[in-house]
Amino acid sequence: MSNLLLFPIIIPLFFATILMIFPKRLKFQRIIAAIAAGTTLIAALFLLAKVNADGVQAVTLGSWPAPFGISMVSDPLSALLVVTTSIITLFVVFYSFPTIGVKREQSYYYPAVIFLMVGVNGAFTTGDIFNLFVFVEVLLMASYTLIVHGGEKPQLRESIKYLLVNIISSALFVAAVAFLYSVTGTLNMADLAVKIPQIEETGILTVIAVMFLMVFGFKAAIFPLYFWLPGSYYSPPIPILALFGALLTKVGVYAIMRTYTLFFTMDIAFTHELLGIIAILTILAGCVGALAYFDVKKIIIYNIIIAVGVILFGIAQLNQPGVDGSIFYLLHDMLIKASLFFLVGIVAVLFGTSDLRKMGGLIKTYPFLGWTYLVAAFGLAGIPPLSGFPGKLLIVQGGFEGPQFWGSIVILATSLIVLLSAVRIFIYAFWGEPVETVPLKKSVFNQMFIPTVILVAITVVFGVGAELFMPFISGAGEVLLNPSIYIDAVLKE
Amino acid sequence: MRTNDVMLQTATKVVTFIILMFAVHIFFAGHYTPGGGFVGGLLTTSAIVLLMLAFDIETVKKILPLNYVTMTAVGLLLALATASASIIFDVPFFTHAYDYFELPLFGKTSLHSALLFDIGVYLVVVGVTMTIIQTIGEDE
Repeated sequence: MSNLLLFPIIIPLFFATILMIFPKRLKFQRIIAAIAAGTTLIAALFLLAKVNADGVQAVTLGSWPAPFGISMVSDPLSALLVVTTSIITLFVVFYSFPTIGVKREQSYYYPAVIFLMVGVNGAFTTGDIFNLFVFVEVLLMASYTLIVHGGEKPQLRESIKYLLVNIISSALFVAAVAFLYSVTGTLNMADLAVKIPQIEETGILTVIAVMFLMVFGFKAAIFPLYFWLPGSYYSPPIPILALFGALLTKVGVYAIMRTYTLFFTMDIAFTHELLGIIAILTILAGCVGALAYFDVKKIIIYNIIIAVGVILFGIAQLNQPGVDGSIFYLLHDMLIKASLFFLVGIVAVLFGTSDLRKMGGLIKTYPFLGWTYLVAAFGLAGIPPLSGFPGKLLIVQGGFEGPQFWGSIVILATSLIVLLSAVRIFIYAFWGEPVETVPLKKSVFNQMFIPTVILVAITVVFGVGAELFMPFISGAGEVLLNPSIYIDAVLKE
Repeated sequence: MRTNDVMLQTATKVVTFIILMFAVHIFFAGHYTPGGGFVGGLLTTSAIVLLMLAFDIETVKKILPLNYVTMTAVGLLLALATASASIIFDVPFFTHAYDYFELPLFGKTSLHSALLFDIGVYLVVVGVTMTIIQTIGEDE
């Protein structure tokens, strides 16, 4: 099956179109959405097994020869990301049943979620930089729908900001792609990796590399381009927020990862040092935000920015522990952010507010929720043996082996701030004098809580069983550090 | 306020059909020369929009009782199904098939699977643009 790697894109696309035809049938919408995410997950797992067994998979659409047609490439990194994306979408669909509201469910909510998955999976799988732009547009279209979905006043206000930022960055994206094409004459990533080292004038390529860093930086929310993120992510309801927080910025991070390991390696001393410095500034900026707010959603949102910085710092080192650590931390962060948003979503529903100062004493009425949150918070901060630990350890090790050892020290120090910001929610919401909670039916609570617990359990397994997953991670790291594997798989003929 | 739109309405009744015919022409020209499902779809939409300007949305809804969102979905399905046929034959996705046939009236004609894909594109373009225009144009 040469087309196996396309299944995680085709399956959700098919189901999303089916969902579009019958928007008003509630049960149908829910079941088909769950089936869509579930079958995509199965296809993604098959793909991962195949990539693990037979090496990098590549197919060039329309039977054209490789640098001319659009190549789709599935290496271990993209297969792992596709699996994680499918898991998160599946749980977001389950979590949406009790939380999103019937009105939204009947106005194309599920098609938008599934279309978002199409875009994200596609962006992770494509091997052509212009096609990457196309898939980013697909996921942006879906995210525009989701961010205004319901049309509440703050949503409308923030969606204008979100639209403007993304349209400007998309315009820059096309411009950067055009520059790259005019210099190299190709847009196939594997072909770029062959042609770029042959070009002697690295100056112009460095400029293009920084342009791409800006473009992807807008999506990934790096310093100083993250200004749009806290406001825009704050306005939509929790399931959408979890989906955005777990997936959208990660596409930008993945794009930086891919381009800065595969072909923008002509002037590492400049570009990667710049990336490292920006990564550290991103972490610091995120820390300031995470401590400054008394709002549970805002605190976790600023933690997204911190994580983006940590992952990019690992990539900037461009050595084996740094890159492996980044991949591990990227997967961990997608899972843990989704579960944390689920948890604070439940807390916010219980208190009827997301303001920490109006909360307290939840541990007496919902003890299991409290301890689950604590586990997730420790996982976020990277306390061993939870899932944040192995990734961060490797990234810090990578930093100490490279020239930017001071960055590793910053990461270690800011881990404490991350812990503080997450535990602060625990202290305010779960300890202290009990505050009256909104009465919630047991069945509704369970519908929200069960997917959350399973997702937290997955992150725990990912952390405790890190040894099990390490072969996949180091396999992905190997392809990133040796572009020749990727190039050979695409341009084999 | 009612303006006198007899001229517009009379002209529209003729012009709409000319535009629609031209849309069909552009659609079929698209395989080897400029044109195709996207442009054909836009032209068709422009014909419908002209009808809307000359008459009103209610009249057009009566003439064309279509759900444009469903139309978009059907178009997407058609395009996806055409492209997915390559999976059954185990060739890379989007690989198209074609052959030459002797048809009455047309003579020797080449038939492409890409045509089915283009019909899908056409339906998507008409569906999406009409949904956008209707949503902006109609009152609460």
